[in-house]
Amino acid sequence: MMKGLKKWHFFSLLAALTVFLSGCGQKELSTLLPAGEVARDQFNLLLLSSGIMLFVILVVVIIYVIALARFRRSKLGEDYMPKQVEGSHTLELVWTVIPILLVLLLAVPTVYYTYKLGNVSAMGAVDDDGNAENLVVDVTAKLYWWEFEYPDLGIVTAQELVVPMDEKVYFNLAAADVKHSFWIPAVGGKLDNNVENVNKFYLIFEEDSKDLKDGVFYGKCAELCGPSHALMDFKVKTMPRAEFDNWVAAMQATEGNTADPASADQGEVLFEQSCIGCHAVSGVGQGPMGVNEAGAMGPNLTAFGDRNRVAGFMDHTEESIKEWIVDTQKHKPGNLMPSFDHYTDDELDAIATYLMGLTVEK
Amino acid sequence: MDLNRKFTPETWPEHPETATLEAKNKFVGFWLFLGGEVVLFATLFATYLALKNKGPSGMEFSTQGLYELPLVFIMTMLLLTSSLTSVYAMYHLKNYDFKKMQLWLGITAFLGLGFLMLEVYEFVHYAQEGFTFNNSAFSSAFYTLVGTHGFHVAIGLVWITLLIFRNSKRGLNLYNATKYYTFSLYWHFIDVIWVFIFSVVYLMGVVG
Amino acid sequence: MSTAAQKKGFGATLWEWLTTVDHKKLGILYFLGGGFFFVLGGIEALLIRIQLLVPNNDFVSAGLFNQLITMHGTTMIFLAAMPILFGFMNVIMPLQIGARDLAFPFLNSLGFWMFMLGGIFLNISWFTGQVPDAGWTSYTSLAITSEGHGMDYYAIGLQIAGGGTLMTGINFLVTIINMRAPGLTYMRMPLFTWTTLIASAMILFAFPPLTVGLFFLTFDRLFGGNFFDHEMGGNTIIWEHIFWIFGHPEVYILILPAFGIFSEIFPVFARKRLFGYTSMVFATVLIGFLGFMVWAHHMFTVGLGPTANAIFAVATMAIAVPTGVKIFNWLLTMWGGSIKITTPMLYAIGFIPSFVMGGVTGIMQGAAPLDYQLHDSYFIVAHFHYVIVGGVVLAVLAATHYWWPKMFGTMLHEGLGKVTFWFFFIGFHMTFLIQHWLGFWGMPRRVFTYMDGQGWNTANAISTAGAALMGIGVIVLVINAIMTTVKNERVGNDPWGDGRTLEWAIQSPPLFYNFPQTPLVRGLDTVWIEKQEGNESGITPAVPLQDIHMPNGSIIPLLMSLGLFIAGFGAMYRLEASWGLPVLVGGLAFTFLTMSIRSIKDDLGYYVTKEEIMNDLKREGGRK
Repeated sequence: MMKGLKKWHFFSLLAALTVFLSGCGQKELSTLLPAGEVARDQFNLLLLSSGIMLFVILVVVIIYVIALARFRRSKLGEDYMPKQVEGSHTLELVWTVIPILLVLLLAVPTVYYTYKLGNVSAMGAVDDDGNAENLVVDVTAKLYWWEFEYPDLGIVTAQELVVPMDEKVYFNLAAADVKHSFWIPAVGGKLDNNVENVNKFYLIFEEDSKDLKDGVFYGKCAELCGPSHALMDFKVKTMPRAEFDNWVAAMQATEGNTADPASADQGEVLFEQSCIGCHAVSGVGQGPMGVNEAGAMGPNLTAFGDRNRVAGFMDHTEESIKEWIVDTQKHKPGNLMPSFDHYTDDELDAIATYLMGLTVEK
Repeated sequence: MDLNRKFTPETWPEHPETATLEAKNKFVGFWLFLGGEVVLFATLFATYLALKNKGPSGMEFSTQGLYELPLVFIMTMLLLTSSLTSVYAMYHLKNYDFKKMQLWLGITAFLGLGFLMLEVYEFVHYAQEGFTFNNSAFSSAFYTLVGTHGFHVAIGLVWITLLIFRNSKRGLNLYNATKYYTFSLYWHFIDVIWVFIFSVVYLMGVVG
Repeated sequence: MSTAAQKKGFGATLWEWLTTVDHKKLGILYFLGGGFFFVLGGIEALLIRIQLLVPNNDFVSAGLFNQLITMHGTTMIFLAAMPILFGFMNVIMPLQIGARDLAFPFLNSLGFWMFMLGGIFLNISWFTGQVPDAGWTSYTSLAITSEGHGMDYYAIGLQIAGGGTLMTGINFLVTIINMRAPGLTYMRMPLFTWTTLIASAMILFAFPPLTVGLFFLTFDRLFGGNFFDHEMGGNTIIWEHIFWIFGHPEVYILILPAFGIFSEIFPVFARKRLFGYTSMVFATVLIGFLGFMVWAHHMFTVGLGPTANAIFAVATMAIAVPTGVKIFNWLLTMWGGSIKITTPMLYAIGFIPSFVMGGVTGIMQGAAPLDYQLHDSYFIVAHFHYVIVGGVVLAVLAATHYWWPKMFGTMLHEGLGKVTFWFFFIGFHMTFLIQHWLGFWGMPRRVFTYMDGQGWNTANAISTAGAALMGIGVIVLVINAIMTTVKNERVGNDPWGDGRTLEWAIQSPPLFYNFPQTPLVRGLDTVWIEKQEGNESGITPAVPLQDIHMPNGSIIPLLMSLGLFIAGFGAMYRLEASWGLPVLVGGLAFTFLTMSIRSIKDDLGYYVTKEEIMNDLKREGGRK
């Protein structure tokens, strides 16, 4: 029995090791492959603390193994009577002082980075002409999707955050219904979207998402928010500043876009009848943060065709769109979009094609 | 324990409330319980302070407009006096003077009842003005804090009434001396909490 | 009494257990009740792991998954870990201090029945299909919008169970303060008694905030309160503060008794006095104190600002120091000793590396900026399971084997005990070690499924396989317990042979009045001292043989708890059913009525005469 168990132990150890050695996770969502300054600061802190902690574990394990090997009753004899030691002031002092020093070693950078990462004093800075110096994004978390507004640029998008590289991007975070938490693991730690206040922080994106597997970084909701908490993913597209400016201009150019009820495109007509009450197709507009303003009950679809996923997590195909529209609750339980199961296949095809055609990048 | 053992003021122990192990246990246990109660009220106070004057936009109630100090002042006087009368009662407990102790406790209960009636009047009055429990976060926090205190007063009144009537025939012994004593501890505690409510809720509400 | 019990019929035995105020019987009830909920929570855990075995799994629905995680956490913390520890405290602590019962036997019974009925109340939700689903922390924006009565079961069930816990905490405190045997000064108290004292003090100060928080939640959900409704001026962050002001000390309420258990086991099976007793005591007190200063480290990402985060980060790291002192003291207790690897000792040895792992990952998360990454990821799941399973559950399993003979008079099978250990220990590390990496790789906690292609598949499969091993370990333990009980081979006073504390100097299980004569305590490990000086009984009596005063049993605690239990349903259905309000009022009135009966009827207990004690001793004398 014991032999068999030890084999198991060995096997599980081997399996675990293989996984650890398989690397640091995937670049688009691993905290171990930081793609920005904030994540790198946090990663450095991880290395420092892991180093200190491994040292502690090592010391404990050494004493532990020697004690277990040397002082066994099977070796010392059944009648061996150990000396009854009360303690040792010197030793106890040693293992009080050394941990204090180790803790201090970790505490100093901790406090430094806490203040560094919490510094949003430059957020509202304006240049001589009164233009904002930094990009600010208002992130409103809703059941179960994300709205991204660029208040200074007058544009709004959803589910896919688009940001320029190599500069501080500031975020205002709020929730419209219940608490959520905004997390882009590869770029930096999370901060909560509360219902009663706006949280502020910054991130710096230093790698072009173009080079990634799906062309995007992965973002997650990190606070239990209901049945579909697990599916409340978003994606992040990073690009050089010039490219970003082009994207902004393209978004701004969609001002006033709407679906035409008299269009020759059947998809557009259907969209006008059933969808536009909740989903805007113009990227221009701005409402108060944290509120489900009219026309923004559902994600803004202006750049839907450019996105990477349907409903935040399904493959970006017309097939997924149709499946989603017919039965939203099956795919994202508890979400607020009604299912539209009365459409014919042709009508669904038309809507899907129309949606895929909503693009600002092509 | 022998309930029928008769004492005289001379044989009555100096500290009847802790004369037996059971009594000592009750005495220590009750002090600890009050320690827990302090944390309970601290949490309620903290919540009240956080939610004071907070309500839906356009809420018409605020601490300045709502509270009526003269009424609250009378309530405070009643409760403070009742604390004093319970001290007299404990004085007679130590002297083994059962009749006087019962009398002073009766007065204590009477004053406590007066306090409670005024509090009920106050709540009803606020509610009639529209400041109900459901009105706002402020109202919920106010009624929960002050109401929890009022509930403690009510419990105390039931407790002392039961004690007075249960023991009226058989007089003092080492079994019920602790019960009387812990009641007085409880009553002082309620009084101290009220002093805080008076200052933090009412005075700071009207002045600050 | 013990012989009399054998002649009783089933009804009489049942009545005896329902009305008992004997700390040993209530301890066993706590142990069995907690054990039942432990198995229940374990099944919930297995279902969670099966769901996460492969990506895009549909073994359970999203809603059911959230109910499972909520009930798993709530059950394990409130209904399994605490009650089982309370069971050991109840049975063992009075024996260790030479007392005949707790200070308030009646209250002890009331505490147990409130826990039990609160736990049943919470789990009845499974039968109504409306189950708590906002996580065991029940953050309020979600908890007040959660539909159905699930969260009401949570709030009211925990309110009832929490009330019982608070009472029992006060009971333990008074017992230790007032009822120690002559000579047992504070600095001679066994470590398990010390940790019981500190954990009880923490209960006294940590549970009232929970009580208040749960009332707020109940008011908001059922009585139109506005504490957490931000549109009415409320604030959900208040709940987070209140919950963690309770919640963090709660973790230490669990782990300190676990430390106490291991501090008993190491000296016995290393045959050596606990190294650095004094510093162990001070470390315990210090951990208890610091436990109240660090609650906001659960809230680093809430947006409290850098100053608050920095203060709480440094305070959190400070706890590493007294905890480190404890670890090294245990190591040095083994050093130079004569270590015998029995099942309890095996658990103790397994505990050290496991808990050190859990401790250091705790410090890593104490570093606030790093916690922004780790918070609410699978790293935190790994961390707190390393602390709770690697610390508390290993301690509970160790204590189960260690004190089983004292509680039941029989010895669990050592071989099967070791089989349980290896399955559980390997399964535990397999399940949770890999989850640290899942956290690093960006997997959030409390997700009911995950998409393929994120690199999480293998790790999740390993984790699930580990959970299965833990399950097998627990099944072996249950089989072991049943076998042992059926065989019923009685053991003597000190079956482990090297007992150092007072419980090992009396019968297994003890006579119902524990000590025929109150013992005199002559130092730390008094039984060991007596035996070293040639006193084979291990005890020097402090008083001559005399009549013993004992409390009467009572059914009133069960009835009082039942009143609250019934009132809970009334409160929940007050608005939608006509019977709601009457049942609420009736249940509370019933509780107050039974309480008044208790206070009006004099119950002075009874005396065990000298002759009866002499008879008992004669009968027991045949067995050593």
